[in-house]
Parts: sequence; structure tokens; C-alpha cells
Amino acid sequence: MSLQSNVSQGDEIRSPKLGLTGWARWIWSQVTSMRTALMLLLLLAVAAIPGSVFPQRSSDPNGVTSYFQNNPELAKNLDGFQLFDVYTSVWFSSIYVLLFISLVGCVVPRAAHHWHAMRGEPIETPRNLSRFPAHLTKASKRANVLDAIAQILRARRFRVRVTKTSVSAEKGYVRETGNLLFHISLLGVLVSIALGGATSFSGQRVLVEGETFVNNLVGYDSFSPGAWFDSKQLVPFSVKLNQFKATFDLRNKTNVGTPLDFEAFVSLREAPNTKSTDSLIRVNYPLEAPGANIFLTGNGYAPVLTFRDSDGNISFSGPVVYLPQDANYTSLGVIKVPDAHPEQFGVISFFYPTAAELKTGAFTSGYPAPVDPLLSMNVYVGNLGLDNGIPSNVFELSVHGLKQVAGGKSGTKPITLELGNSAELPNGLGTVTWDGLKRFASLDIDYNPMQIWILMFTVFAFFGLFISLLTPRRRIFARKTATGFELAGMSKNDDPKLLGLLEEIAGDLKVRKK
Amino acid sequence: MKDVLLDPVLDVYSVYAIYGAMALYTLAFLTFVWQLSRLSSANKTLRKTAGQLEVAALSITVLAFLLHGAGVVMRGIAASRVPWANMYEFSISGSLVIVGIFLSAWFVKEIRVIAVLVTGFALLILGSATTLFYVQVKTLMPALQSYWLVIHVTVAVLATAFFNIAAALSVAYLLRSWGWLNQSNLSIAKLTKRVLSVFPESKKLEHLSYRFNVIGFMLWSFTLVAGAIWAERAWHRFWGWDTKEVWTFIIWTIYAGYLHATATRGWTGARAIWLSLIGFAAVIFNFTIVNLFFKGLHVYSGLK
Ligand code: HEM
Repeated sequence: MSLQSNVSQGDEIRSPKLGLTGWARWIWSQVTSMRTALMLLLLLAVAAIPGSVFPQRSSDPNGVTSYFQNNPELAKNLDGFQLFDVYTSVWFSSIYVLLFISLVGCVVPRAAHHWHAMRGEPIETPRNLSRFPAHLTKASKRANVLDAIAQILRARRFRVRVTKTSVSAEKGYVRETGNLLFHISLLGVLVSIALGGATSFSGQRVLVEGETFVNNLVGYDSFSPGAWFDSKQLVPFSVKLNQFKATFDLRNKTNVGTPLDFEAFVSLREAPNTKSTDSLIRVNYPLEAPGANIFLTGNGYAPVLTFRDSDGNISFSGPVVYLPQDANYTSLGVIKVPDAHPEQFGVISFFYPTAAELKTGAFTSGYPAPVDPLLSMNVYVGNLGLDNGIPSNVFELSVHGLKQVAGGKSGTKPITLELGNSAELPNGLGTVTWDGLKRFASLDIDYNPMQIWILMFTVFAFFGLFISLLTPRRRIFARKTATGFELAGMSKNDDPKLLGLLEEIAGDLKVRKK
Repeated sequence: MKDVLLDPVLDVYSVYAIYGAMALYTLAFLTFVWQLSRLSSANKTLRKTAGQLEVAALSITVLAFLLHGAGVVMRGIAASRVPWANMYEFSISGSLVIVGIFLSAWFVKEIRVIAVLVTGFALLILGSATTLFYVQVKTLMPALQSYWLVIHVTVAVLATAFFNIAAALSVAYLLRSWGWLNQSNLSIAKLTKRVLSVFPESKKLEHLSYRFNVIGFMLWSFTLVAGAIWAERAWHRFWGWDTKEVWTFIIWTIYAGYLHATATRGWTGARAIWLSLIGFAAVIFNFTIVNLFFKGLHVYSGLK
């Protein structure tokens, strides 16, 4: 019953002596047929499934790494089929590219066809009206019955075409308009997403209380630009983290320790020599800076430490970012002291905001706020490998080739330290002092200039979808018969009200007669 | 969110209300079954009494609905927020909406026959919610503290409810047009056939399920977009192929396929209906298996 079946149905099978252009045309008609579109949609749905079963490099890189560790053989094979990169894989991409082509090939001729249909007259009345899903015949002796029917239909906002023996009328062109708007907007969304990927950037920065982030390339801990992004586009604003506040539940018994709120109090300076304004960044409520949005993605503690050698010279001083390992903020920090005397050393340290001793003598944290904070430290001496120019991860200490002198199997207990106190380091390495406790916030700085377009096309798509799904499109035909007239109607999709409508029209005719 | 006082005692009353509603749904379900058996009986006088049973069953359903609603509201007050932040709450709120929509469509006569399916389904959901998904009242984690929780999830619940009713109608359609049933001489087949003869004709069922699916699809599209907008705010990207996002997309695509099928020659009727049922299976899968066993950012079931 499809009204535009003449446009997009490619299912007629032609004989194969077509020549090259004939074949091309045949293939094109297949690609843009409704059935192909349906198949591609279903195929896309099926192809998306493996991405939820296997860990994906894009969203869960650690998951992929551990998959490789646990099932090296299987993982290799899966990787051969790009099952860890489903959404950028060749096979997934081919399906949506085909769908995209099919969509273009489908929408363009339909739009042209619809353009003509809207400006032209309704189609001619078909010969055999009794075959229509809604049909009725009535007796009438009026001479001008067709004109009367035409008038009634016009009053009902149908577009009407009258000939000597028949009337043909159509209403609800806006359904097709909505449908086209929907599909074209879908194209718009896809194109905007693709362009957005190329023109956007995303970067991360860990900021300790008191520190300032300046928006240029060196300001980022990590930075991933799209292919067409130019770092000159970065607006030189700066953000200072004044204070970070985390609130945890202490009041509700079943809920103790659950985070209630994370708040980063910042000052934003939009350009180097302007006044700064105070703002708040929370989860779900990013800060909108010029040319970037700043999101709060994580937080933790940064104990302020000072290392002195045995002569009292400072070899390291400052806040150290400790990464949280569990819900109670047991945190892991790494300190590398390459300038130490008599030899270089590194420290792997744990921080417990509310320390509790386990039966084994090890510590754990019982609550995420610093009620009873404690640090423990394992110390390693030897060449830290920082001088050979290879960049190393600041959050990791490779203990290979180092000698442990405190903690573990070294025979010396790990150093434990309470806030404000100092402790002696083994092997004459000097002392460590815990001067203070700060917090840090992990910030994500993102910008996608196409975002507004994606949103706009989405809104258009909605508009189109609503219009097309909620307005019926109807065609009504009338023809004179020997004894009176017959009425027939057709509609896109099922339309149970159609017959009733025909009855109403016939009824109106009677009223008008009086 | 600052200091919140949870009310575990009120939550206990909420659970009692849900249990009460379950008992009433059971009663309503049985009464509807009884009514159907009357309706399809060969005995004319028995058939006449079916009307009274229908009124009784409807009244019980309304009572169950009210008690169920009280349970949901109390849960919300106990937690000082909207009662749909974990799987248990989503189940009790979602089933409430399903029953609510069904009751408000009661005036559509053809839809009444699926009362058995709807009350049975509500019972099933509440049963799994109280036994499998129950968690004590908790505060919202910061990522969920957003008005998008209200918008996104409300619409998702509504969409699910519409898909659900459409699926019930689709099942009725498929049973009606099942060739084996119409030919078989087994007594069970004959009985089923008689029950089915009470149902509206296939064309009507097909059309009704199409209507409900269309509304469901529009709501689901909105769920998807609202989810993307929220993800942009909370996780600083609007689409990241997180497992839950993947399944939302799969469901959307299947139903888009269904809508296409209803306009594709050779795909209308039973084939399209089957597609919509596959879509609904994906909805259920998304809510159960994906929530409980798949890894992802949407870890909101609250179960360990
Ligand atoms: C990206 C892939 C596509 C999606 C997600 C999609 C989605 C939809 C949806 C949701 C509808 C129902 C709403 C409406 O009537 O406006 C629809 C209808 C329609 N689509 Fe698509 N579509 C896609 C591609 C295509 C292609 C490639 C064609 C051409 C063969 C096509 C042709 C149609 C037609 C003719 C209708 C009208 C059906 C009716 O009147 O009920 N679509 N599409």
C-alpha cells in the first residue's frame, strides 16, 4: 500500500542483457530499495552486538589488556576480526556506509518526487475503485454530485482534482514532508558527527588545590586532537583550583561513606589580563570556558611531602597526587627523587584517609574522608632511569633493577607516617616530612564545535518523525455510477478510520442536499 | 546534594504495599483468566456472566494499581528523590506505568483482552523486583544527580510500557494467525482457539500493536537522545558505545526496521510483527542481562 512504491521499490527483476549502464542502474535500484534499507538496518543492529560482549579499546582499554592476558590465543583471533574495535571495524563501517549511501539514494529522488507532487494535482482516479481497502457505493440522483463531493473534500482540507466523471483528492502531504525531513536530518546528524570527530579535541589535566591550568598544549597531561584540529585554536584562558570539597554520607547507617557531592571551586580567567571569576564545577555540571567545556571526572588526595638528605638539604618538596584504589580512597602514590644524596631513590606509598589495621598487620581505609589519615612507604634505591630521555609514567615506578630498603622483603618495616610528622629513611637517605594534605581534581577539557549542529539536526529529526508518524496521509476517489456514485479511500499504513471517513462524506452530502 | 535523611522505616512500609499489590494482581489475574474462560465457553448463560467478572477483575486491578502507586511514592519519599535510580526502583515504577497506561486505554474495547497478559506481567516484574533486585534506600551517586535522571528515565519507562503493551497485542496476533492451532484437533488447541475467538480480529490487533509501537518508538528515540545529552554532561562525550548505549541503539534500530517493514512489500503482517517482538526481547534483555552481567558505565542496578 506504499504510496511511493513507484519511487523506491527496486524489486522488479529485469532480464540480464543490460550492458554496463543497465547493470549499474540495476545495482543502484537494489541498493536504494526499501528492502535493502531494511536489511541494512537489521544487519547494523546485529553487528553492534559483539561490541557489548567483548571489551572495546575505545571504552575499556584495560579490559582488552586483561582479555589478552587471560586468553592470549583466543584474543589474537578475535582481534583479527576487529572484535575489540567493533565500531571502527571494516565490517561495521561498511554496513553503515552502505546504509548512508542507500539513504542518500533513497531520499534524493523521493524529495524530488514529493516536490512535484506537492505542486501538482492529485493523481488520476484509478479505474477499479472496488479493489481499495475502503470502498462504498451510494445511490443518488443529483446531477452535480461530484462537485458537491469535491466541495466537501475541499472543506476538509483535501487537495482536489475534478474531472467529468471522477474526483480525486489527497491530504496529508505533510506526512511525506515530515518523513523526508526526518531522513535528511538523520543524514545531517551523521555528517555533523563525522565532522565533529575531525574538528574537536579532548584533553586531561590533574590539578591540585592551588594549582592553575593554562589552556595551551603544555598545560595538558594528555591531549587528543581531531585530524583537522589546530592547537592555535586553543583560547588562552586559565583555571585555578582554589578548593576541592568532597562530601560523604555519615548520617544514614545503610549509606555511610557514599559520596554525596564533589565540588571543585575554581577561578576562571578568560584571557591573560582580565579579571577572574569564581565558579563551581560539579559532576554533571561542567564549566563553560571560551572554546572548551571543563568537566570534573575524578578526584583524590595529594599529600604534601618534603624529603631532606642527611645534611638537611631538600631533595623533593611538594604535593604528590595519589590515585584512589577503592571506594574508601585507599590511594597509591609514587615519588621519584633523582637528585637525592648519596643515591637516587624511589618511593611507592599508600595513603589511608581513615586508617584501620587489619589482623595481618596491613592497613586499610574505613572511610573516605581524612578522619585518621596515615601514609605508608616502601623505599627503593638504585638508578631510576630518568636520565636516559625515555619519558616514564609519573604514576608508576619500575622496581626492576632497584633494591628495596624499606617494606616488603627488605627486612626493614615500611615507613608509616602521621600528618605533621617526620620519619627517618633507611640507608642514610635522610628524612621525610608530611607537611599537609591537599586534594586534587581530574579535569577533562573538551570541545566539539559541531555539537550544536548535531543537536539541531536531532531536533529537526524529531520534528519530522512526529509529523510523519502522527499525520495520516489519505487519498480519496469518487466516481459517478449508473445509479449514483462510489467512494474509495487509501492510506499510508493501516487506517481503520478510513471507511468511517467515507461514510461521513456521504453523510455530509445528504445534509447539504436539504 | 547536601545532607539527606533516608527513611528505612518508610521503605519497609513501601515494600509491604508492593507485596499487597502483588497479592491483588494475582487475584486480578486469576479473575481475568476465569472471565476469559467464561467468555470462550460454549454455554450461553455462562458467557453472559463474563461481564460481571470483568468488572470485578477490573476493580481489583485498580485497587492493586493504587496500592502499587502508594508503594512507589513511599519509596520515593524514603529516599528523598525520584524512585527510579536502581533496578529495583526501575522495576516497581516501570510496572506501575505499564498498568497505568493499560488502565487508561481501557476505553479501547479491543485492548481489554490483554488484561491477563498485563496483570500477569506486572506480577512477574514485581516478583523479580522484590526477590532478586531489592536494595535498601541509598542516596544518589554524583553522576546520577541531574534532572536528566528524571527526564531520561521517565521517558525510558514510558517507552518500555508502550512496547510492552504492543508486544502483548502482537503475541495475540500471532496466536490468532497460527495455522497449527486452527487445524489441530488436540483439546488444548481447541480450548486455546475458543479463547482466541474472544480476541479482536487480526487486522485490528495488528493495527493496535502498530500504534503502540509507534508511540513507543518516538519515546525510545527521545530516551536515546536524552541519554546522549546527559552523557555529554556527565561523561563529557555524548556517545561512547558503552554497553548500555549499544543496546539502546540496537533496540532503536530494530524498531526502525520494524517501521520500515510495515511499509515494505512482502514484510507487512506477521514478519513485521515478529520483528517488533525481537525488538521487545532486546528491551527485556537490555534491562535484565545487560544490567546484571555486562560491564559498563551504567552500573546502576545497585547489586553487588
Ligand atoms: C539510517 C537509516 C534509516 C533509519 C534509521 C530510518 C528510520 C526510519 C523510521 C524511524 C521511519 C518511520 C518514521 C517515518 O515514517 O518518518 C522510516 C520510514 C521510512 N523510511 Fe527510513 N530510515 C533509514 C533509512 C532509509 C532508507 C535507506 C530508505 C530508502 C530505501 C528509507 C525509506 C523510508 C520510507 C519510504 C519510510 C516511510 C515508511 C512509512 O510511510 O511508514 N529509510 N525510516
